[in-house]
Amino acid sequence: MNQGINWNWLFKMAWRDSRRSKSRLFLFISSIIIGIAALVAINSFSDNLKTDINAQAKELLGADLEISSNNPDFNYPFLDTLAYDVSSENSFASMIYFPKNQQSRLVDVRALDGAFPYYGIIETEPPSAESTFRDGEKKALVDQSVMIQFNIEVGDTIRIGLVNFKVEGSLISSPSQSLGATLVAPAVYIPMSFVEETQLIQKGSRVNYRSFYKFEDLPEDFDLGARLEADRDTLRIQSLRADTVEERKQETGETFDDLADFLNLVAFIALLLGCVGVASSVHIYIKDKLKSVAILRCLGVSGRQAFLIYLIQIGASGLAGSFLGALLGTFIQTVLPTVFAGFLPVEVNVTLSWPSILSGVITGIFVSILFALAPLLSIRKASPLITLRGISEGASAIKDKLQWAVYISIFLFIILFAFIQIGVLTDSLIFTVFIGLSFGFLALVARLSMWLVNRFFPSQWNYIWRQSLANLYRPNNQTLVLIASIGLGTALITTLYFIQALLIDQVEITTDKDRPNLMVFDIQPYQVDELAQLTKESGLPIIQQVPVVTMKIQSINETTLVDAVKDSTEELRTSPFRREWRVTYRDSLIESEELITGSLTITNDMEDSVKNLYSQNQMVSLEDDYAKRNKIELGDTIIWNVQGVPIETIVGSTRKIDWERVQTNFLAVFPKGVLEPAPQFSVLITRVDNVEQGALFQREVVKKYPNVSVIDIGLILNTLDNILAKISFVIRFMALFSILTGLLVLISSVILSRFQRIKESVLLRTMGASKNQIFSINSLEYFFLGSLASLSGIILSLLASWGLAYYSFDSTFVPDLLPIVFTYISITSITILIGLSNSRGIVSRPPLEVLRSETQ
Amino acid sequence: MSNILEVAELTKTYKSGSKSLTVLSDINFSIEASNKLAIVGSSGSGKTTLLGLCAGLDRATSGSVKLNSIGLENLNEDERAKVRNQHVGFVFQNFQLLPTLTALENVMVPMELRGEKQIKQRALDLLDRVGLADRHDHYPTQLSGGEQQRISIARAFSNDPQILFADEPTGNLDEETSIRIENLIFDLNKELSTTLVMVTHDLELAKKCDRIIKLKGGKVISDSQAQMA
Repeated sequence: MNQGINWNWLFKMAWRDSRRSKSRLFLFISSIIIGIAALVAINSFSDNLKTDINAQAKELLGADLEISSNNPDFNYPFLDTLAYDVSSENSFASMIYFPKNQQSRLVDVRALDGAFPYYGIIETEPPSAESTFRDGEKKALVDQSVMIQFNIEVGDTIRIGLVNFKVEGSLISSPSQSLGATLVAPAVYIPMSFVEETQLIQKGSRVNYRSFYKFEDLPEDFDLGARLEADRDTLRIQSLRADTVEERKQETGETFDDLADFLNLVAFIALLLGCVGVASSVHIYIKDKLKSVAILRCLGVSGRQAFLIYLIQIGASGLAGSFLGALLGTFIQTVLPTVFAGFLPVEVNVTLSWPSILSGVITGIFVSILFALAPLLSIRKASPLITLRGISEGASAIKDKLQWAVYISIFLFIILFAFIQIGVLTDSLIFTVFIGLSFGFLALVARLSMWLVNRFFPSQWNYIWRQSLANLYRPNNQTLVLIASIGLGTALITTLYFIQALLIDQVEITTDKDRPNLMVFDIQPYQVDELAQLTKESGLPIIQQVPVVTMKIQSINETTLVDAVKDSTEELRTSPFRREWRVTYRDSLIESEELITGSLTITNDMEDSVKNLYSQNQMVSLEDDYAKRNKIELGDTIIWNVQGVPIETIVGSTRKIDWERVQTNFLAVFPKGVLEPAPQFSVLITRVDNVEQGALFQREVVKKYPNVSVIDIGLILNTLDNILAKISFVIRFMALFSILTGLLVLISSVILSRFQRIKESVLLRTMGASKNQIFSINSLEYFFLGSLASLSGIILSLLASWGLAYYSFDSTFVPDLLPIVFTYISITSITILIGLSNSRGIVSRPPLEVLRSETQ
Repeated sequence: MSNILEVAELTKTYKSGSKSLTVLSDINFSIEASNKLAIVGSSGSGKTTLLGLCAGLDRATSGSVKLNSIGLENLNEDERAKVRNQHVGFVFQNFQLLPTLTALENVMVPMELRGEKQIKQRALDLLDRVGLADRHDHYPTQLSGGEQQRISIARAFSNDPQILFADEPTGNLDEETSIRIENLIFDLNKELSTTLVMVTHDLELAKKCDRIIKLKGGKVISDSQAQMA
């Protein structure tokens, strides 16, 4: 006899045994198909995205180098050593007016001069508009969303400042256009030569000057990034920002790494659910196979051989499932660019990503085997005595060292995989521990339910209730397996839902009745009274009207920008010097502010020395967090450069600001009586009750004061709503993977477990039980199981969501009752439905026929 | 003739919490090769437990079992499986065919396990011997009880066992089929000079054996050989 490893025979036996178990093995396979599909789809998509970002990197910037600044005149000697072509773009926020329907909108006006973009295109409709708007006439390209929103067509007229432009085309996309910027101020391109005529750029106007360079004969091995790094000080002193293709590529890659991380996490959850499915379906499958194993043991098969037969079977099924998953994933990835349309910086080409497919297949086989191992190992200990007795004493899994090794491997695998997806070890540990505790909790619920039902069995109840309740604890019960798998599935999916709702709630800005929703800014001093009058005449309240002065910091405690830049210890921050400050002046706090230290004005309770110091200097108040971040303390001296005029101040107080309020909030506040003569503009905040009132007011304002801009928060909210709808769609689409897997796990768990009940149902049928009685018994049993599992899962998800909200999102989790009720009803109903569909065959066919076909 | 099975001071006790139940107590007997032994007794007398211990399917609490001079008590489960494959054949009351294998494959398994070649023909011959060659590609559920037991007998003899253990081989069959099965077992046993150890309720069947051991309450209350001696 050959007791060595005869692999040929083992494979033959695995194949023979699987022939009559195909449907059950398919249920096992189905658990991992979706998880692997999600993994392959997402990895392939990320792979293609990375490749396309690399391939289209130059198109992302549109040039070899971009230098931007708030100052049109800068000096960068390095550029003089190179041959290049340059384009300039001056961009600034302004209202545009649509004479066609007398409406207006805040936009980002981009005045362009030159051939930019040198790489890629400004995508327009019609496509020719990209070049024809530059032919020297007053033509503009208007953001597509604005055209749709205001019903503007190509050929219509728009007014920017004092100039009318013909709409040459709609702007679909351009290099370096971000979603966030589009939200508040969509882009409108005009030729540079007409900027002056618009009269919108005045002293104090905030203009971003950008220069795009295309180098003619830069050596191929020239490291532009290194050169810019070497010139860092020169650039920083002039507050210049330089952006190269390499940097843009990296930034874009990083942004989409976050997206990829989120997607991977979703795929991981789907895969993890699949793993639960694998473990539970193999557990039930092997339980059913123990008798065959015992017969084989009688015939002389060793424990190791029997184990290997089923390991081969599970491994092969895992391979098949992984291949099917990879195939499905490859198909799904073709849909992903459509799902993410609008979020992608480059055009994503769908190609086969072999590394993703290969890693998906390997992961699939690995998780199939790893999660199947725990139940599979019990085969080694299966006693041949089962052939004589039907049951055996059985070896305790707790004493099996290999079982423990498998549990530890599963734990390590989850940590490792979570770490690969999340990238933070502590988070991965917390996640894994939570999964472990969840299992523990579910097992406890199952065991406790069994004990309670057994202990307090309602012997007075009618037979159907007693029978279905007894099924929960009797031998061959499904309580532990079903509660663990359905419960964990419910927990993962419901948590994903709660977190999705939490994330969406976080970005949604609530519009209370009393909150301001219209901001008018860039109001020149001579327009302040007239505009206030116009606001009142329009029946609108003036909620806030504040003056704003732009300035820069010249020195802090005698330290200048040059000192800060040269400071090798980086103790001194350069950002306060490089910032263009917008400050206001007043002597009191507003409702969004809270005084943290010091005082806005001199008070009687101050010590004489402090009083003396403050009375000789102007007191300025800074935002508390900003001051801390930049190491500015109470009593520090700051000299401000207010458009050429130095003003010395002392930090007299720090304030905490609630930035979430729709209000004008300022990092720095001056006292009254200092800045009044400085060049300044004002901001007026009001509230309109409806869209028509807002449109009418904006029209009047823009007509009379072309330099003044209005931000309609309602309009932003509308646009934001559209974007949020898109984000929700993406999240829901991804959650679908988890839901589908969860559903499949549920179906496979319930279907596989039916073999435990068939003989009993047939026996009852034989003894004369009616169709209704068997239906009632089965549906009640699945109702108990479904209820226990879904309720336990919901409790776990509430705990997890609360933890995530509190620790990760710094938010308060308030669960909605509706989704909880919906989850409970749907999971319990699905469990009952699947359970009932299982019994259908049992009651409609003769008992013997059922026994013969179902127990094959 | 040498003894193929030697049982000495065999005891089996089951423990359940603090309670213990002795189902077999101080059993002693031996059996010569090619002999036919029937173990009889009422339900719960310990017959099947004794069969399981003799065949190496279970471990005794104390005492020893020597099968073909191999002491089973010191062997682990895999070593006992090896002994079963080399020396033992089984016929069970519930047939215990592998439900996922065809009749032919069921018969081939013990031979395959021994690493033998050209086994298909021998398996078909055995199926022919039990009258089921034409049903070789049927699965157990496609066969009647009697047919399944005949396949089980063919399987039991497929590895040329020195000893055949049969647990109530006709217990699940009608009278006519039972007679056919009994004849088949005894004929094959004779043809192949196999030792037979059979557990049965049926005293008529037991009488066809060379020797009868009667159990009651886990103890041997009579042994026909001892009486003869």
